[in-house]
Amino acid sequence: MPDIRAASAASEASAASAASAATAEAAARPLLEVSGVTKSFGSGRRRLTALDGVDIRLGRGETLGLVGESGCGKSTLARVLLGLERPDAGTVRFDGTDPFALRGKELLAWRRRVQMVFQDPFASLNARMSAAELIGEPWRTHRDVVPTPKAREKRVRELLALVGLRDSDAHRYPGEFSGGQRQRIGIARALALDPDLIVCDEPVSALDLSVQAQVLNVLSELRERLGVAYVFISHDLSVVRYIADRVTVMYLGKVIEHGDTEEVFDRPQHPYTSALMSAAPVLDASRTTADREIQLQGEIPSPFDIPSGCRFRTRCPHAENLCTTEPPPLATRGTTAASGTHTALCHFPLGVAGESAGM
Amino acid sequence: MTRTAAPAPTGTDDPALDVEGLCVDLSTPLGTVRAVDGVSFSVRRGRTLALLGESGCGKSMTALSVVGLLDPAARVTGGAVRVRGSDTLRLSPAERRKLAGPVLSIVFQDALTALNPVQPVGRQIGEAFRIHRGLSRREAREKAIELMTRVGIPEPRERARSYPHQFSGGMRQRLLIAMAVALDPDVLIADEPTTALDVTVQAQIMRLLRDIQNERDMALVLITHDLAVVAQRADDVVIMYAGTVVEKGPVRDVFSAPRHPYTQGLLDSVPEHAVRGRPLPAVPGSPPELSAVPPGCAFQDRCPLVRERCVRERPVLRPAGEGRTTACHFAEELTHA
Ligand SMILES: Nc1ncnc2c1ncn2[C@@H]1O[C@H](COP(=O)(O)OP(=O)(O)OP(=O)(O)O)[C@@H](O)[C@H]1O
Ligand SMILES: Nc1ncnc2c1ncn2[C@@H]1O[C@H](COP(=O)(O)OP(=O)(O)OP(=O)(O)O)[C@@H](O)[C@H]1O
Ligand code: SF4
Ligand code: SF4
Ligand SMILES: [Mg+2]
Ligand SMILES: [Mg+2]
Repeated sequence: MPDIRAASAASEASAASAASAATAEAAARPLLEVSGVTKSFGSGRRRLTALDGVDIRLGRGETLGLVGESGCGKSTLARVLLGLERPDAGTVRFDGTDPFALRGKELLAWRRRVQMVFQDPFASLNARMSAAELIGEPWRTHRDVVPTPKAREKRVRELLALVGLRDSDAHRYPGEFSGGQRQRIGIARALALDPDLIVCDEPVSALDLSVQAQVLNVLSELRERLGVAYVFISHDLSVVRYIADRVTVMYLGKVIEHGDTEEVFDRPQHPYTSALMSAAPVLDASRTTADREIQLQGEIPSPFDIPSGCRFRTRCPHAENLCTTEPPPLATRGTTAASGTHTALCHFPLGVAGESAGM
Repeated sequence: MTRTAAPAPTGTDDPALDVEGLCVDLSTPLGTVRAVDGVSFSVRRGRTLALLGESGCGKSMTALSVVGLLDPAARVTGGAVRVRGSDTLRLSPAERRKLAGPVLSIVFQDALTALNPVQPVGRQIGEAFRIHRGLSRREAREKAIELMTRVGIPEPRERARSYPHQFSGGMRQRLLIAMAVALDPDVLIADEPTTALDVTVQAQIMRLLRDIQNERDMALVLITHDLAVVAQRADDVVIMYAGTVVEKGPVRDVFSAPRHPYTQGLLDSVPEHAVRGRPLPAVPGSPPELSAVPPGCAFQDRCPLVRERCVRERPVLRPAGEGRTTACHFAEELTHA
């Protein structure tokens, strides 16, 4: 397997010690801390709230899975984390600093540390650039990462190999690749600068299972060896379960549940999470989802006009009067140091696993 | 599956779509390469066929050839695509346009680029009704709003006026689905229609497709990487590798006992069976370059069963059990765990 990082001189030993130092540091200060982030689009009555007071935390080398209904604000949050979208309110702290306050050299240095794999592999790649140019483009700004043209050429080949593409693909243009091949170019590009954090927005959605496995293995290896952290947005719950340490569930612009992956999957507290888990299709053709799926009733509420009280109440099978009148409090369960807290935004959190949610 | 047992109201067993020996050549700077090589499959009305295969194996190109929308670098060089008795590959562009929408329709893989960025989405969805049904602008708009409601876009009346970039990835995908089913086609080809959707919305879209399928007796060709969706929704499956069909058969049988080593490798990569912290199993290596497909079996470099005959002789599709075919010399040796 080709080397996973640009500075290939790094020995296993130094990587290992870097990892343990990183763990110690992580305990002291999270890599990423987002508090109360709010973002809306449009104005006046036609104002749409895409994010409403979102909090997330991520340590070095950790993977946070981000799941939720289509349109709930995941990609918007990703763009805020990348500094591509300024929040209306709230703060983003990356390694203690506010990226929105950075200028010049510092901004450049920060940009190098945070990369993104965009959701749409078709629209996010410049059609006029070859795969090699696309992957190497970040080096034009960050010249020191891979200094010589020869080294760059070699590095492009390594990155292509990491995502299962060939040397000869380097000179092809996005239009000549299939959907999944383009998605992999986006991943190779995000790896080019050896970032500390990669925000992956549906990074493997267009890949067949075998290539998906290959890519997920590369991402895991980067995490083990170099302590790369991920915010991993995916609709594929089995992938999230495999890759994420912790999971954040969003609904209509708000975090409605957060906790350790196993906890959230096996013992969801929020009725939305439980419905989500139950709707995941299963591979066994003799079992249909129909018998276990908690079908959500009613329309997806409008982000222009968010329901009073609990925003899930219009579709929640457990809603009561209180849910209409009072916004739910943050319910907490399990606060051992090892497992962290498991929180849910609900008046009546589920005590036991909802309808055979586990698989 | 109950769907399978339902009698075809049309009273005919003729396939709604019949693809035979389809070949697509691509002109590249390095010369002409064959991207799709003799692909055959057919789907009857009311049935669902899944097209599965490695990223880059030619699924989208097969789909685009069927609807006649290949990119200029690609050319159909052989085969037939029969719909309603005529070979669409031999129709004039004008005749073909008449089929697109009411007879044969496609949900494109790339949701954003398939939508016009400078036109409100309501207008784009309504267009089909204006062209094919001669509806007025206002009537077409009402139809568009109705369809947006069906695919679960909240406040459709308001959002019909929005532009594609104002929608999330999954919403754009649903808009494309709305456009594709607008005219109740006989055959719908859906290329990765639910990849950007969470499982609850995905389930809703799949129910919608099933309802339309039942109401209109539509044939569905579903291209997807999601094996669970295939297991739940499809009747038959076609597995492609490097531009060719390597295995075909009823989903249940193929998934429970694959008859091709590639299919086997694919099934083994399912993350549901994975253990956290351990690498996921993957088929080692990568597919051959289109310009350098080896003689013999295209899968030989990655196959655990490979031997001398595979290098020498190219396997062709042959029967392998009830309603099944495989393109592997040694399919019988596979034992699925
Ligand atoms: N530029 C924009 N202008 C107006 N509305 C927008 C804009 N970008 C996003 N939105 C709206 O914000 C909401 C959240 O969108 P976002 O793309 O973050 O969702 P998502 O969770 O990523 O969904 P998906 O899973 O479908 O990709 C949606 O209602 C969307 O229509
Ligand atoms: N214009 C082109 N020039 C050269 N090669 C091309 C061109 N368009 C597509 N290809 C190649 O043709 C092959 C088939 O592409 P196709 O889009 O059909 O794959 P696919 O099976 O749909 O893959 P995915 O699952 O990733 O979407 C790919 O290997 C791709 O690289
Ligand atoms: S607060 Fe009420 S409506 Fe909201 S999720 Fe909990 S039970 Fe359901
Ligand atoms: S023909 Fe040979 S190389 Fe090809 S899949 Fe079968 S066993 Fe493997
Ligand atoms: Mg998104
Ligand atoms: Mg494709």
